[in-house]
Amino acid sequence: MSEPLVELRQLHKSFGDNHVLRGIDLSVAKGEVLCIIGPSGSGKSTLLRCVNLLEQPTGGQVFVAGVELTHRDCDIDKARRATGMVFQQFNLFSHLSVRDNVTISLRKVLKMKSTEANARADVLLNRVGLADKASAYPAQLSGGQQQRVAIARALAMEPSVMLFDEATSALDPELVGDVLGVMRELAEEGMTMLVVTHEMGFARNVADRVIFMDGGVIVEEGKPSQVINEPREERTKKFLANVLEN
Amino acid sequence: MNMSRRQRLQLVRGGIYALTIAALALLIISVDWGALGGALFKWDVVKKQFPDILTSALRNTIIFTIFGFIGGLSLGLLLAIMRLSKSKPYRWFAATYIEILRGVPLLVTLLILGFGIPIATGWSWPNPYLQGAVPLALVAGAYIAETVRAGIEAVPRGQMEAARSLGMSYTRAMVTVIIPQAFRIIVPPLTNEFVLLIKDTSLISVLGVTERTLDLARFGRNGVNDSANATPLVVAGLVYLALTIPLTQLAAWMERRSKVGRR
Ligand SMILES: Nc1ncnc2c1ncn2[C@@H]1O[C@H](COP(=O)(O)OP(=O)(O)O)[C@@H](O)[C@H]1O
Ligand SMILES: [Mg+2]
Repeated sequence: MSEPLVELRQLHKSFGDNHVLRGIDLSVAKGEVLCIIGPSGSGKSTLLRCVNLLEQPTGGQVFVAGVELTHRDCDIDKARRATGMVFQQFNLFSHLSVRDNVTISLRKVLKMKSTEANARADVLLNRVGLADKASAYPAQLSGGQQQRVAIARALAMEPSVMLFDEATSALDPELVGDVLGVMRELAEEGMTMLVVTHEMGFARNVADRVIFMDGGVIVEEGKPSQVINEPREERTKKFLANVLEN
Repeated sequence: MNMSRRQRLQLVRGGIYALTIAALALLIISVDWGALGGALFKWDVVKKQFPDILTSALRNTIIFTIFGFIGGLSLGLLLAIMRLSKSKPYRWFAATYIEILRGVPLLVTLLILGFGIPIATGWSWPNPYLQGAVPLALVAGAYIAETVRAGIEAVPRGQMEAARSLGMSYTRAMVTVIIPQAFRIIVPPLTNEFVLLIKDTSLISVLGVTERTLDLARFGRNGVNDSANATPLVVAGLVYLALTIPLTQLAAWMERRSKVGRR
């Protein structure tokens, strides 16, 4: 078996007395799509944010693309380029146009020339269906459009893994489909993805594997058909009953 | 008598108006307008102020203000970043600096830096403009630091996280993402700081300025001494207003506009 692209070993994270992640072991293979489900407060976001070290783990190791991010000699700014992150609240840079949102890291971090960066932005914006919005500002876009720009922005750095933290939770229901569509295409193109989501349909149809988290541990994992349709653990059953009811 | 609450209020208000008008009328009758006008706004004294009040005094006031503002803004930005830094000594230094320079009257700081230090050390200011403008900038920096810090804190946390997740260093993210957004937020309060600074330059003349560096206030005061008439100070006051009113109006307009624009 080839080396995993993302590997977490005995990952722990506490905020003061609050022990949020309690020993997570997880590997994600290249090209795999992993969906992370679980109740609110179970540590899903914290787990994802430990993968690119937006949160500093209090114990354990994080490897991405063969580099140990938790090593004290690791150049974290450089290592983060291997991951792209999409946030629930989009977090587009409001003072920059759509095109500049996509190119800013290329120009400022990779020191790429504007013409080259703009060409890459145009390809990416085309891919998320927003080529005509390149000169618009974030405030002029709908939530769904903003989130697709955020995906393009994260893809600009050509990451080997994409992290999605409830990318559709802040969207009006009619706008969710467009964003999920872009994510599904990305998955089909072979992108490695860690996706925190409440969209069971997406998890069932797109994920290669689903993990259910509760209380800072992985309670259950397996194929989506197994975890979602025939959960073994009581906690998983209870959670799914709640989610599918709504 | 049966009056509604509203009728009573109207009666009281009417009474207040009547009294005010009567007091004003009394004032207008009792004051010797000719003498007052002659002392405060004598036309041939007014004419004598020009063009020097514009070409020299106003020019100096603007030089002091702009130097103080640019120096204060650079220093304020630095102090604000130190105040928000993870390093305790930086935070402590910035907080102490800000507390001290905001806590001491500008006049006292001006005297200490402009006179006290040269007397104590034997060092002298190389240039009379710097002697006034540097202390002004050092104090303005303390005030502007707090404004800038408020602006930086008003930028949503997610902006820094998004920038870091794209591989930017903390400094890079500050410079390209956070500070530009903070500045949009603080342009109105910064404009008001600028107005305060215009007025504060009037204190610089306590340092005993040369003919060349007379500012508006000192120019007016010297004019009073020369003409034995208060008109020069009134004219100086009007020139200050010509600078400050448009700026405060601009700041108020920008503030209103940004409130409408925010969703
Ligand atoms: N920055 C933080 N500071 C303190 N506590 C936090 C922070 N982020 C998350 N937590 C806590 O960690 C726990 C898990 O949060 P989170 O990972 O966001 O859960 P989920 O994404 O599954 O809803 C919660 O109890 C939350 O209050
Ligand atoms: Mg979350």
